[in-house]
Amino acid sequence: MESPQRKFQKLQQIIDKYEGKASQLIPILQEVQEEYRYLPEEVLTYIATAMKLPPATVFGVATFYAQFSLIPKGKYVIRICDGTACHVRGSELINQAVRKELNLQDNQSTTEDLQFTVERVSCLGACGLAPVVTVNDTEVYGQMTPEEILAVVKKLREEG
Amino acid sequence: MNTGKVTIDGQVVEINGAKNILELARRVGIEIPTFCYHSELSVYGACRLCMVEVEKMGLVASCSTAPVDGMVIHTNTARVRRLRRMIIELLLANHDRECPTCSKSTTCKLQKLAKQFGVTKVRFGKRDKQLPIDESAPSIIKDPNKCILCGDCVRVCKEVQGIGVWDFAFRGSETQVSTAFNKKLSDVACVNCGQCVAVCPTGALTVKSEVDKAWEAIHDPEKTVIVQIAPAVRVALGEEFGLDSRDVTGKMVAALKKIGVDKVFDTLFGADMTTIEESMEFMHRLKNGGKLPLFTSCCPAWIKYCEQTHADMLKNLSSCRSPQQMFGSMVKKHYARKIGKKPEDVICISIMPCTAKKFEARRPEFTTGGVPDVDVVLTTVELAQMIKEAGIIFDELKPVGFDNPLGMGSGSALIFGASGGVAESVVRFVAGYTGGEEVGRVDFYPVRGIKGIKEAEIEVEGNTIKIAVVNGLANAERLIQRIKNGEAFYHIVEVMSCPGGCVGGGGQPGVNDTAARVKRIKEIYSLDAVNQVHKAQDNIYVNKILEDWFGGPASSGTHNDLHTKYTPRKRISGKPIDINNAEKGGSVQVSVCVGTGCYLRGSYDIMNKFAELIKQMGLEGHVDLNGTFCLEQCDKGVSIKVDDEIITGVTEENVEQIFKSHVAIKVDLAVNS
Repeated sequence: MESPQRKFQKLQQIIDKYEGKASQLIPILQEVQEEYRYLPEEVLTYIATAMKLPPATVFGVATFYAQFSLIPKGKYVIRICDGTACHVRGSELINQAVRKELNLQDNQSTTEDLQFTVERVSCLGACGLAPVVTVNDTEVYGQMTPEEILAVVKKLREEG
Repeated sequence: MNTGKVTIDGQVVEINGAKNILELARRVGIEIPTFCYHSELSVYGACRLCMVEVEKMGLVASCSTAPVDGMVIHTNTARVRRLRRMIIELLLANHDRECPTCSKSTTCKLQKLAKQFGVTKVRFGKRDKQLPIDESAPSIIKDPNKCILCGDCVRVCKEVQGIGVWDFAFRGSETQVSTAFNKKLSDVACVNCGQCVAVCPTGALTVKSEVDKAWEAIHDPEKTVIVQIAPAVRVALGEEFGLDSRDVTGKMVAALKKIGVDKVFDTLFGADMTTIEESMEFMHRLKNGGKLPLFTSCCPAWIKYCEQTHADMLKNLSSCRSPQQMFGSMVKKHYARKIGKKPEDVICISIMPCTAKKFEARRPEFTTGGVPDVDVVLTTVELAQMIKEAGIIFDELKPVGFDNPLGMGSGSALIFGASGGVAESVVRFVAGYTGGEEVGRVDFYPVRGIKGIKEAEIEVEGNTIKIAVVNGLANAERLIQRIKNGEAFYHIVEVMSCPGGCVGGGGQPGVNDTAARVKRIKEIYSLDAVNQVHKAQDNIYVNKILEDWFGGPASSGTHNDLHTKYTPRKRISGKPIDINNAEKGGSVQVSVCVGTGCYLRGSYDIMNKFAELIKQMGLEGHVDLNGTFCLEQCDKGVSIKVDDEIITGVTEENVEQIFKSHVAIKVDLAVNS
């Protein structure tokens, strides 16, 4: 795992890259989130300090967009599409199956061990493959079933 | 300039520079309803209540539509009325409708407009979710369940005060007005000025009431209750009783006597002492090359702002306590003894136009031996409530004078209530001090009025003294930046946080807008014009008490009891950023400050240097390094904390030596023991 000091240096580099301009707050938050996997409060305060913005404003932007998370996300982010096509082809059953497997409670989206995060998204734009699931935005699984998603989870667990 | 003619409801109107249809309609006597439009703030266009019909355009928001030559505008069509009702009904559906028990009842704009537009029922049920109420701050209570998301508070805090405590957070139906990270108001940079309360159209932001504490003291036979009243209260209290912004001093004193307080004194007395002490301090600094400009220190919101934002300028602040605190200190330390009472048996209630005074009274330096100098701070509105509660018919009261000896004040003290007043009082004092008896009345017009930044010059013993007067903290910040950049120099800077000065304080009656503030300012200066006691030094009681109780002005006596010190203060609470290891457990804890002051001085580089040194010297696992937000030593260069010890003035040059002498040595000790 990358050291906290590396991350902190990266944080400052990202801010510097955009010259701390208020208009660049969103790309800054995006890149910082890639480093930290989420936006910790103290990091947002640091960004506000460095950019001379009120912390409330940075908090407002970070909470407005669904892409930003203020709570830690898992190593594997599983996104289950719930667009119309995926919905009618049974994406909810996939959602239930994976949540049950990972033992997630009602409002919980990330497992205690920070390995998995499960999210719904409105449309991944791959309706021909419905229902669609992605892992970390890099792997796409089409025509999923509750059984197959459990196989994916099993595979990811084995990878550690 | 925008010119031409438009037709509004059949009247032909010259545009004549009007920025939007709403303003233009007001000029011809048509009041278009709105929640989010304030002429002092930016146009937001959120509430949609100001919709009007424009021929060939359809429905438009009048606040954010500029009038164009030839426009035909209808403000009162069936469609517009239906729309307004619908908007109000929807807002009410999402609003905790506890009107009778809400402190904004009768002054609430939502309530007023619901009645005005005949909204008699809400078809949509009630809020299904209750959000927590924040009562953490000494001055302001936030009830998000009553918020209609008009954003007035967000904009006033950002645009007028330049702080930005509030902003919108979350999204859609989850949207809230929130502090950073939804922290308690007491944990963020709020200066308690109450301008957000003044613009809030509903009961979402209200003043924290101390009325019950006041009644308790009044009903306690063991206690002697002393009241002091600030200058701006007397020209606004009448508004609560339908008397316009007229002076009601005599009735106000009479009402307090009826309520049952023992002595009614005047904060003007404290203000005259402030003028004398502050002027002497200024003359001393001028003659001895002391820190200039001298910033005034009467406004507690400004003081907190300065402590949070400009710790390097704390030495520029006048050491004088505010009139409220001078008065409180004098009552508890001297007056109590004089009337044969213990300080704890004398209760000092102050009546202020201000919400930040509630915070000021709780500052630990203004408590002696567990007894606060000022026990209860009531706003103008809270006093009005007590008068109503006591069943006193205010308008029928016969005027009564203040008690002696602490009830006398000069015109100079009166004008403390308006922006420019403190500066003018100092000018008057200095003119009399250096010019003697024959100076007569000194009226100093350049510093008067509601303008945000005012500048003036006077001649004092051959020196040209440059004065700046600002109101609104965003204006103060602009001026400070100019001073720091060397673009401007002043000898004296008066700062008041609220637009127009104390007359526009967060504790004043609603409607608390520019028009109301201008009226109150006018009344203050007309009271000053007829006051026989013109300058602070003309107040014989003040002179006598300064001599008898303190050993004269600018003496060690006044220094102890009437002056104070300031300390840097952090803007936001929160946990530190971990730098060198997620698994803590080293024997030495090192925090490097990355708050604004230290950040700007390069604490980021110092942090990296520390991390490097830890590695170089093989101390990984022994030293835990993190970045913290503000160690409250902002005036002394980059600060670090090693275990419980704070070390200031860390630079790139001395960082290695400091690391060796303060950090490495501790590791050695811990390892060897």
